[in-house]
Amino acid sequence: MKPRAFIDIKRKDPEYRQKEERIKDFQEVEKNLSEEQICQQASRCMDCGIPFCHGSGCPLENLIPEWNELVYRKEWKKALEILLSTNNFPEFTSRICPAACETACTAGLHEDAVTIRQIEKNLIEKGFAENYIIPCPPKERTGKTIAVVGSGPAGLTVADQLNKKGHKVIVFEKNLEIGGLLRYGIPDFKLDKNIISRRIDLMEQEGIVFERNVNIGTDISAEFLLKRYDAVCLACGAEKPRDLPIPRRDLKNIHFAMNFLKQQNKEVTGEPIQEKKISATGKKVIVIGGGDTGSDCVGTAIRQRAESVIQLEIMPEPPETRAPGTPWPQWPYQKRTSSSHKEGCVRLWNIMSKNFEGKNNSITKLNAVKVKWQTNEHGLPDKMKEIPNSDLSFDTDLILLAMGFTGPDIKKLTKALNLKTDESGKIIIDKSAMTSANGVFTTGDISSGPSLVVRAMADGRKVAENIHNFISE
Amino acid sequence: MLNIPDSFFRKILSETNTTLPKKEEYAVGMIFLPSESGLANLAISIIEEQVKSAGVSVLCWRDVPTDSSVIGKTAKETMPSIKQLFLTKKEELSKSINFERKLYILRRSIEKALQERNLGMDKCYVVSLSSRTIVYKGLLLATQLAEFYTDLSNKEMKISLALVHQRYSTNTFPTWALAQPFRFLAHNGEINTIRGNIIHMNARQDSFESELLSKKEIKLLLPIIGEGQSDSACLDNAMELLNLAGRSLPHSIMMLIPEAWGGKYHIGNDLKGFFEYHAGLMEPWDGPAAVAYSNGKSIGAILDRNGLRPAKYTITKDNLMVLASETGVLDIPPEDVLQKGQLRPGQIIYVDLEEKRVLFNNELKNLIARRQPYRRWVTENKIMLRGLFESVDSTYSDPEKLLQQQKLFGYTREEIERIIRVMAETGHEPIGSMGNDAALPILSKKPQLLFAYFKQLFAQVTNPAIDPIREKILMSLTTFIGNQQNLLSELPQSARLLKSKSPIFTDKDIIHIKNSKIPSFKAATLPLEFPGNGKKKALKTAIKNLILSAERKVKEGFPVLILSDKNIKKGMSPIPSLLAVSAVNQHLGKCGLRASTGLIIETAEAREVMHYALLLGYGATAVNPYLAFETICTLNTSDTQKNDPIKAMENYVKAIEKGLLKIMSKMGISTLRSYRAAQIFEAVGLKDSFINKFFTGTASRIGGIGLQEISEEIQQRFLISQEKASSAQLLETRGEYHYRTTGEKHLWTPETITNLQQAVRKNDKNLYKKYADYINNQAEHLCTLRGLFKFKKTTPVQLEDVEPASEIAKRFVTGAMSFGSISKEAHEALAIAMNRIGGMSNSGEGGEDARRFIPLKNGDSKCSAIKQIASGRFGVTAEYLANCKELQIKISQGAKPGEGGQLPGHKVNKTIAKVRYSTPGVTLISPPPHHDIYSIEDLAQLIYDLKNANPEARISVKLVSETGVGTVAAGVAKGYADMILISGQDGGTGAAPLTSIKHTGLPWELGLAETQQTLVLNDLRKLVRIQVDGQLKTGRDAIIAAMLGAEEFGFATTALVTLGCVMMRKCHSNTCPVGVATQDPELRKRFDGKPEYIINFFMMLAEEIREYLAELGFTKLNDIIGRSDLLKKNQAIAYWKSKNLDFSKIFAKVGEEKSPVRYNPTSRRKVDCSYNHKIVEKAKNAIENKEKYEEKISIANCNRTVGTELSYHVVKKYGAAGLPDDTINFTFSGSAGQSFAAFLAKGITFRLIGEANDYVAKGLSGGKIIIKPPKKVQFTASENAIAGNVILYGATEGEVYINGQVGERFAIRNSGAKAVVEGVGDHCCEYMTGGRIVVLGRTGINFAAGMSGGIAYVYDKKGKFDEYCNLEMVDLEPVLEKNDIAELKEMIKNHYEYTQSPKAAEILKNWKAYLPKFVKVFPMEYRKVLGKMLLEDQKIARQQPLSL
Ligand SMILES: Cc1cc2nc3c(=O)[nH]c(=O)nc-3n(C[C@H](O)[C@H](O)[C@H](O)COP(=O)(O)OP(=O)(O)OC[C@H]3O[C@@H](n4cnc5c(N)ncnc54)[C@H](O)[C@@H]3O)c2cc1C
Ligand SMILES: Cc1cc2nc3c(=O)[nH]c(=O)nc-3n(C[C@H](O)[C@H](O)[C@H](O)COP(=O)(O)O)c2cc1C
Ligand code: SF4
Ligand code: SF4
Ligand code: F3S
Repeated sequence: MKPRAFIDIKRKDPEYRQKEERIKDFQEVEKNLSEEQICQQASRCMDCGIPFCHGSGCPLENLIPEWNELVYRKEWKKALEILLSTNNFPEFTSRICPAACETACTAGLHEDAVTIRQIEKNLIEKGFAENYIIPCPPKERTGKTIAVVGSGPAGLTVADQLNKKGHKVIVFEKNLEIGGLLRYGIPDFKLDKNIISRRIDLMEQEGIVFERNVNIGTDISAEFLLKRYDAVCLACGAEKPRDLPIPRRDLKNIHFAMNFLKQQNKEVTGEPIQEKKISATGKKVIVIGGGDTGSDCVGTAIRQRAESVIQLEIMPEPPETRAPGTPWPQWPYQKRTSSSHKEGCVRLWNIMSKNFEGKNNSITKLNAVKVKWQTNEHGLPDKMKEIPNSDLSFDTDLILLAMGFTGPDIKKLTKALNLKTDESGKIIIDKSAMTSANGVFTTGDISSGPSLVVRAMADGRKVAENIHNFISE
Repeated sequence: MLNIPDSFFRKILSETNTTLPKKEEYAVGMIFLPSESGLANLAISIIEEQVKSAGVSVLCWRDVPTDSSVIGKTAKETMPSIKQLFLTKKEELSKSINFERKLYILRRSIEKALQERNLGMDKCYVVSLSSRTIVYKGLLLATQLAEFYTDLSNKEMKISLALVHQRYSTNTFPTWALAQPFRFLAHNGEINTIRGNIIHMNARQDSFESELLSKKEIKLLLPIIGEGQSDSACLDNAMELLNLAGRSLPHSIMMLIPEAWGGKYHIGNDLKGFFEYHAGLMEPWDGPAAVAYSNGKSIGAILDRNGLRPAKYTITKDNLMVLASETGVLDIPPEDVLQKGQLRPGQIIYVDLEEKRVLFNNELKNLIARRQPYRRWVTENKIMLRGLFESVDSTYSDPEKLLQQQKLFGYTREEIERIIRVMAETGHEPIGSMGNDAALPILSKKPQLLFAYFKQLFAQVTNPAIDPIREKILMSLTTFIGNQQNLLSELPQSARLLKSKSPIFTDKDIIHIKNSKIPSFKAATLPLEFPGNGKKKALKTAIKNLILSAERKVKEGFPVLILSDKNIKKGMSPIPSLLAVSAVNQHLGKCGLRASTGLIIETAEAREVMHYALLLGYGATAVNPYLAFETICTLNTSDTQKNDPIKAMENYVKAIEKGLLKIMSKMGISTLRSYRAAQIFEAVGLKDSFINKFFTGTASRIGGIGLQEISEEIQQRFLISQEKASSAQLLETRGEYHYRTTGEKHLWTPETITNLQQAVRKNDKNLYKKYADYINNQAEHLCTLRGLFKFKKTTPVQLEDVEPASEIAKRFVTGAMSFGSISKEAHEALAIAMNRIGGMSNSGEGGEDARRFIPLKNGDSKCSAIKQIASGRFGVTAEYLANCKELQIKISQGAKPGEGGQLPGHKVNKTIAKVRYSTPGVTLISPPPHHDIYSIEDLAQLIYDLKNANPEARISVKLVSETGVGTVAAGVAKGYADMILISGQDGGTGAAPLTSIKHTGLPWELGLAETQQTLVLNDLRKLVRIQVDGQLKTGRDAIIAAMLGAEEFGFATTALVTLGCVMMRKCHSNTCPVGVATQDPELRKRFDGKPEYIINFFMMLAEEIREYLAELGFTKLNDIIGRSDLLKKNQAIAYWKSKNLDFSKIFAKVGEEKSPVRYNPTSRRKVDCSYNHKIVEKAKNAIENKEKYEEKISIANCNRTVGTELSYHVVKKYGAAGLPDDTINFTFSGSAGQSFAAFLAKGITFRLIGEANDYVAKGLSGGKIIIKPPKKVQFTASENAIAGNVILYGATEGEVYINGQVGERFAIRNSGAKAVVEGVGDHCCEYMTGGRIVVLGRTGINFAAGMSGGIAYVYDKKGKFDEYCNLEMVDLEPVLEKNDIAELKEMIKNHYEYTQSPKAAEILKNWKAYLPKFVKVFPMEYRKVLGKMLLEDQKIARQQPLSL
């Protein structure tokens, strides 16, 4: 570790592919740094006495300074061993994680943070390239079996962890393909789906069984699982999208973002689409909702050569740099610009949609009004008021609702297993994430509500440990 | 002690008409009898009974006339009744047997008989029983001796020799019997290795045989060393044995206190042979010592190898010789003086009264060294073990087995990466910064090795640490294995020993020893394994079998035992190596076999320096760390670098050896032979029964765990090593040095750091509360002992009634942090903040820019209220000392007690160099000890110096918590200190070796409690305030500290966190990302700390204290000071390792109810400075209006620190610029006391006609000093000593001309003064960073060690000067350049003008002849800095000398 590198060497981020070229396809937009550049960037890590990246940044508590040092010394094999000891699928997180580690990095206090995500990506891809990552099925089997419902990041992590401990794991997925929102939510230009298949093949060679196209609760009864397996883990995610119940919501061409994105992902991998195709080609598209989902809709719409794309957000425009209300090392309240935003879309803040208008039952106009926000003592927005006669309207022929998700739609499951739920329908779980049904656990978005891949995986590791302890008693 | 006053006794006894037989035909016993008459008569009858059976008869008893009105209260209470017993030889005894030896055996039989009737040493004591000497001693000051023993002031008392001892002893509570002198010697010093010496002596006793003593008589003498004695009394026992078993006095004392003889130390071959032969028989009784010894017929003295206690002698023309620690003890008119001199380190002197000759060092030593052909015996019998790595051991191949072994022995990734790799790659110990905030091993949830429960002890005040780098020449790691013969005989085969340069054995060495054919070195291997199941029984039986088989093997004729945990059978667990070594060592000692056995431990457990120190410290002869070697070999099989495993292992061993030398030097111990089995450790968390059984004599004050818990921890490691699951292919990361979420518990965590920083930036009370709650309630994450404390229920009071926060804040200080380790901005922010709230900030050991002494316009002040005086004395000038409220003597620092420090040249920029009075780019080394504090009297002297240097300031002394710190604190309080700071071992540091941060010193809770209790018991508590620091973070910490006795509280790391520190722990590499601990201008720009943050922190802290006070029912913090009875253990925290921790010793309140437990301001004592006040009075208007002033005045040995108060008044008025040259001139005649002209300011000139003692011109700040002998003396000035040791220590400016020779360490740490002297002792110009020194005569050894700046010109008559010079950092050149010649000549000219020195005149007269003989000592760094270094020379990287 070169002591002064964090100042002598500037932070270097890989750019995205040329705009004109990348909007023509669904390949991943982010380029990679060379091995030499990565070693140099890794030398910027100061191996802190308290590594805030590890201590308060990364939900997986990755041992970041240790593999930064080993990458700098080109000891790739040892670095990979340490990375995989805390992160089951670095190839996923290093592509789509918002990298809370970097916003907590000490170097970021006055200088630029260490490019942790890039180092993680190069390291895992080097591992695959050099065949350091080979299937190693557990030497002994414990004879215990566990059923995992849902193959999103949370479910896959639970499966991988318990398999390593020697238990037999079977993963049920209602979709045709494995991966949950990794597969059907996050667009290909952020996460190439072959990356998922590469990992699933590996897991299968290590003895994990995947049952595709099986909807637990309809195809197989949940009670059946309970009898046949020593433990059941529900990792069904939080798919129910939040609706926008304003006048003329019934008009055609108003869709939930997920349906639009899911179709695009299927199209890219050649999976057949049952329902009607939602296409943004030649359309004036309005995306309501400023989060990841909204930005993915923008990117997808642009790639479908929409005539124009506007993204509306009800919240105020966040500051350019870290807001004082969220001091280092917290996750900063700050304006973020994704690769999709830079591909040609108009972003507007403080806009509240009032009603839709349409011609022959199809959307043609959106009427909205401007709002003003008050900030709390930390300087963060908490109460809003409509600004009188500030109404404005937008011509549009496709509305995509990307306002997040309200929670899992698991009524069938909860009834089948008679799981106690709270008044908002969320499953009640104890300290070890076990539901009221003995041996039935939940993990990921289903218990935390819509969150991030890295949080889902971190929760998966904890719950896997609890399941292991539960079945080993 | 006197020789028998034959005529006096003859006259006295004739008055009661008893006639004495011929001289030396009778003996006199001086006996302390119990004061209670019944017991006294019983004692007398026992004594007389023994006398009858010993072939001597009682002549009469005589009551020794005494006048007890003269002595103090405690002395009177314990005064014995003192009688003299006169014995005469019976007929048959007269010729054949040596009478003295008979009396020695008789005395031992009397002592044993008395002991049986429990009239032990405390009740009845035979002071002396001899036909040649008699001892008058007691609990008396020197002045009271003659008045108390009226015999001594009787004109008839005619004696030829007298040995007088005066010392305020701090070692043990003083008693009549332990007063000095003893029967053969008086000892001014400490024996650091006393426990090892006693253990070795007891182990040898059974093999004693001697023609002079029969088997029965020897049995009577045992045990040689009595129980519960002071270390000086033990030394006397050993000396008596060696002398009366046939060795001469000098021969015996040279065995006990040998010179350094190893390596390039140039002493004669015969003498080296003598010392090497005797090294096999007796290990040195190591420590600072000046010992005077006599047997009534002749008398002599010796110094220890480092010369850490002075001994100066004067011989008069009429054959009177006076030797004492100071000159001028008796007023001898100069004209009567025939010769004056002083003993050099390791030197001996002997006055043979029969021959009427004084034998000086070389003559005496050659005489003794040639008594037997020692040199030949050694060369013929010694076998050398080469200790080399030939090739990488082939078995290091299987990574699977290696990982399993590493887990079994508790290896962690952190240990391999941060410690082993650094040592293997650099050959140095890893350096770290900031304190140790991790959980104490006894409170940690992680399984600990047995090593972790021990802490290193270190020297403080009473015995100085040594510099293991620049004074390496005096140290040795030489290890002997084999049959140590009978101590009482001198035979060739005693030299039949296996010798190794180092205690670290390679795998090859082990193989050589295992297959050695030589009969006297046959080795037996004992396995260290047991069927681990977490139950204590299995381990207990395993140890029992181990020690029995060890005994059996030795008796079967295997003198070398190898305890090995290599290739443990499947399913078995290893016995902890330290437990095995200590158990076997103690058992063999009990059955008298230890001395003749080599105990080698072949273990996988050892890898850190502390592990080796512990194994050797508890008796191992040598250690083979085979798993550490194997781990190193796997280090370099990374994908890229291919460094050579042999080089890596050699670097590792070199680093371990340097680490061992450092650990030994911290205790002032020079040789491994005396460090071995000296148990210089304290245990934290091991229960008494366990300690007494396996580590007898080791302090362990809070009980704790034993065999059961230790076997459970072994079992935990065993289970981890058995894990097969694929996820278990890695060692644990552990997080002990750097925070990890799954690792060791820490107090500084991401949450506490950010909560505190946000709390102080927003002055937000509940964020502060969140921060404080995590630290105060440690139920889930036990880290500190106080985490287990609880307050007893009391009735609360209203919060409003409690004293205001502003009052409490006055008790806060920020810890000493040198400008240089932290940035200018941080250092000044601390000063401004603390000055605003009435607390105090501390300059630390780096000096301070004078411009900061001037208050700012807005009323703030950047002047650090506390100025620290550390061993480096950087920037310590008269002006520096005059501008503060407190002067703090830094004895040691929590993180690295007993160690010096180093600021590398590349870090010394212009501003730091200016403030430390040095040149930019020159390395600044601060030595481990203060070179003017080698004893408690020296510390009292330095306190006196500082009281003169700033009469208004209070004087404080900073000590580190360890067992025995209470006694030192008592000595410091007696020495007129006003405040004592007890620093915890976990305190912060700018840079320190990782092993020191983790493994030295004790938590402050232990040291503070001991200090409070000792001061209260000695009724000294009311005289001093007590302060504490070390990981203090919250109000609760302060409350607990107050209850344990602290009046004030220090915060250093916490203050830095409020200024932006995020615990990066890279302060030592100058890359602090938040600009707190760096000098890098680019990084300093990022510093965004403000004084307000510190003030907010201390105010919220004070508020928290107020809440606790209210809850506890007190309105004033002062009321809870010393109220340790309000504390108890929190039983609710049920953690298996802390359940039987017992804090009763910590919470105990001692002394009577009324004895004061806190500082009582009415009793501030005044020191006597009348002479110095007089000097100031005389020069009053010279100071006022810069008038020239002349004065002649006499001076005596008791006038100390003359001129310092005068300098205070000068710099207070004029700052460092002082007065124009020669404004104030004093001419003193006589012998000046210690610290003559210390810190003398510019414009003052002192002339001294006569002689001076030690510490002349200490911290000289611009003054001029001339010392020359009176005209009338006959002896040649340049041949005789005229001034003492450690002159110009830390001087920054000024001139000194000394017409005569001086003692050791002349111009040590001088950074700017110029001096001419006519002869110097050892270590001259050590650590010098600037100035010019001219030496016109002899020099001692180790000249210019650690000298990084300045120039010395040495007159090298014989052309052999480079032999005496430490050439690591300097070049030697002839004086050729024009300005050098001019400078040299001008200085010698000045010397001549001021002193009329004949030698100077001679040199100036034939300058051409003398100039070529001068050598210029030029430090390489200084040359580079002065730009003189040729560019190419600069480029060659300074590597270590190539080792073939
Ligand atoms: C458009 C979009 C973009 C996103 N972008 C990012 C991003 O850039 N970075 C980031 O960190 N996070 C992102 N997220 C969030 C992230 O995808 C989720 O937090 C994460 O996938 C949650 O993982 P999970 O395993 O809990 O649930 P999911 O990933 O939702 O997986 C649940 C799986 O369970 C299956 N299932 C449900 N019920 C049943 C049943 N009864 N029987 C069988 N199978 C069932 C579902 O088919 C699904 O495959 C995004 C989310 C969306 C929607
Ligand atoms: C950066 C730094 C530098 C220090 N420098 C010195 C010093 O020069 N002299 C000294 O006696 N102590 C020094 N110390 C130790 C502190 O004075 C104090 O004893 C110790 O840090 C108190 O423990 P705390 O930091 O946990 O409060 C230093 C500590 C730190 C953190
Ligand atoms: S998983 Fe996300 S937060 Fe953790 S290290 Fe990788 S990028 Fe950073
Ligand atoms: S916080 Fe940043 S600099 Fe510190 S260890 Fe983590 S990545 Fe390295
Ligand atoms: S630990 Fe030292 S390096 Fe800076 S952040 Fe703190 S001062």
